[in-house]
Amino acid sequence: MIEVEDLTVRFGGVTPIDDMTVTFPGGTCGLIGPNGAGKTTFFNVLSGFVKPAAGSIRAFGEDLFKMADFRRARWGLRRSFQTEQAIRNLSVFDNVAMVHEHSGQARVSRRQDVLDALAFVGLNVSPREKAGVLGARDRRLLEVARATVGMPRVVLLDEPAAGLPAEETVHMGDVIAKIPEQFGGALVILVDHDMSLVSACCETTAVLDFGKLIASGPTAEVLRNEHVIRAYLGTEEEL
Amino acid sequence: MTRIKGMEIERDDVVRACIIAGLFALALFAVPELIGVYWVKILTAAAIYSVVALGLGLLYGRVGMVSLCQVALLAVGAWTASRLLYGTGLPFPIILLIAGLVTGVIGTVVGLPALRVSGLHLALITLMFAGAITLVLSVIHFPQGGGGFLGQLSLTELQQFRNIRRPGIATSDPAYYRYTLVVMALMFLLVLWQIASKPGRAWAAIRESEPAALAAGVNITQYKLWAFALASFVTGVAGGLLAGSAGALSPVAFPTQDSIVLLAVVLMGGIYSLWGAVVAGLLVRLLPALLENWGVSIYVSLLLFGIGVLQVLATAPGGLADQVPKDLKRLGRLLSRGFGGRADAEGPAA
Repeated sequence: MIEVEDLTVRFGGVTPIDDMTVTFPGGTCGLIGPNGAGKTTFFNVLSGFVKPAAGSIRAFGEDLFKMADFRRARWGLRRSFQTEQAIRNLSVFDNVAMVHEHSGQARVSRRQDVLDALAFVGLNVSPREKAGVLGARDRRLLEVARATVGMPRVVLLDEPAAGLPAEETVHMGDVIAKIPEQFGGALVILVDHDMSLVSACCETTAVLDFGKLIASGPTAEVLRNEHVIRAYLGTEEEL
Repeated sequence: MTRIKGMEIERDDVVRACIIAGLFALALFAVPELIGVYWVKILTAAAIYSVVALGLGLLYGRVGMVSLCQVALLAVGAWTASRLLYGTGLPFPIILLIAGLVTGVIGTVVGLPALRVSGLHLALITLMFAGAITLVLSVIHFPQGGGGFLGQLSLTELQQFRNIRRPGIATSDPAYYRYTLVVMALMFLLVLWQIASKPGRAWAAIRESEPAALAAGVNITQYKLWAFALASFVTGVAGGLLAGSAGALSPVAFPTQDSIVLLAVVLMGGIYSLWGAVVAGLLVRLLPALLENWGVSIYVSLLLFGIGVLQVLATAPGGLADQVPKDLKRLGRLLSRGFGGRADAEGPAA
């Protein structure tokens, strides 16, 4: 469970996250909102790249802001990026192994853990292949393997299916939905614009608009919420 | 443990290791028998500079941090080693180790700005460090076997000057060449080992994207400084080898601009490959000597490096170490197609 309380982020005069209070209960949670709503900024706060102006985040009972940014991976925080960041010069195996070796997991199980993570996401390429030669789908899958290796507790996925054709998005959705069960109750937060992907794998969903939380709860309910529909259609709110 | 396809050691790797071992044995045993003492000395210097190039390639090619201070750090290693070689009776390998460690510490200090700045700014700052080191050296000079911290001889003592000592097993030039080659191989193996293990993967992640490296749990500060420490360590060891090779050292041999020339040459040789460092060592020490031998001014080599680096940056970012094998393969294909084409022409028309 992740509890976010009164979180505010300011960049000069801009407030990308404005007094956000929300709880991600567990399993796979969606986080949606129009462009510029503050979703990626929220991920960057969790990763420690952005220091909030106010508020607190407790993840599984621990104060996230007390951990140095690079230590959060060891604690169990994993993430993928909107523009995928597979390391082109490393082999597929080394791409995943480098995350594992900073995760605090035992060295003896590294080989097997890495191969298991590659098998889990269904990446059917030679582990010796350089990541730079992979196609878009395989690079996206590799990133999910990197985000799930080594006992993750919180997995942040930032548009993991961006740019993928429909049937590959379906496969990605199957993989994402299986993460909590596969990795001992890890919590997944999925940011995506593809509502079919979000409704396929997220039990609960939170919606951000202009840095403010406008709805959260079971995904089906949230997607029927009229504020949410208005936010996506861009209709002006009169509250 | 289950065997996964593609994870075994492949035949190519074995073949490559055998070729490298063969070439090394050739350079170690056959080459000094075939060439004169002058060329043995030149190749010794080339081997030493290839270790310096190795350090620079590690910083720039693997981590993406540019350093224009490497030749100055070579001088620091040479200074430390020569002072210890004159002042103590410590075994030569121990002195190389100390020279490496001292240079490693100074090099790490030089690398501190890399935690905040990169690219052109880092290049400028490291160049300033190189300038400062050159300046200090021109004031304190290299040790001459005298007393005190600086080891200078007074004018009346100058006739006592003797050359910097070499290891007992390698006093002759060919033997010292072999000694240098073995130390060079050890430095390459040390760097290769680091590149192929945890630090190498962390460096690759940092070079690709610092946020992604951070998200993967890489302590960027630690790994950047480790890269500077390791690159400076091997450079310091190279400095120690240079001290024994030269016999006497002068600040004139380490001008600040040599660090810039070295970067150009390492780019030409191939910044992403360990072979590139070997090619760079040969280019920066053997090429000028060859030109001089042919009666061409050694400054022509600077012109060639300028043209070479332009060509590399424009068309072949992998440098000679990457491009030459590719070009040879292409040439082979063209030739076989040429012969194949003639064979086809004789066959029945499609």
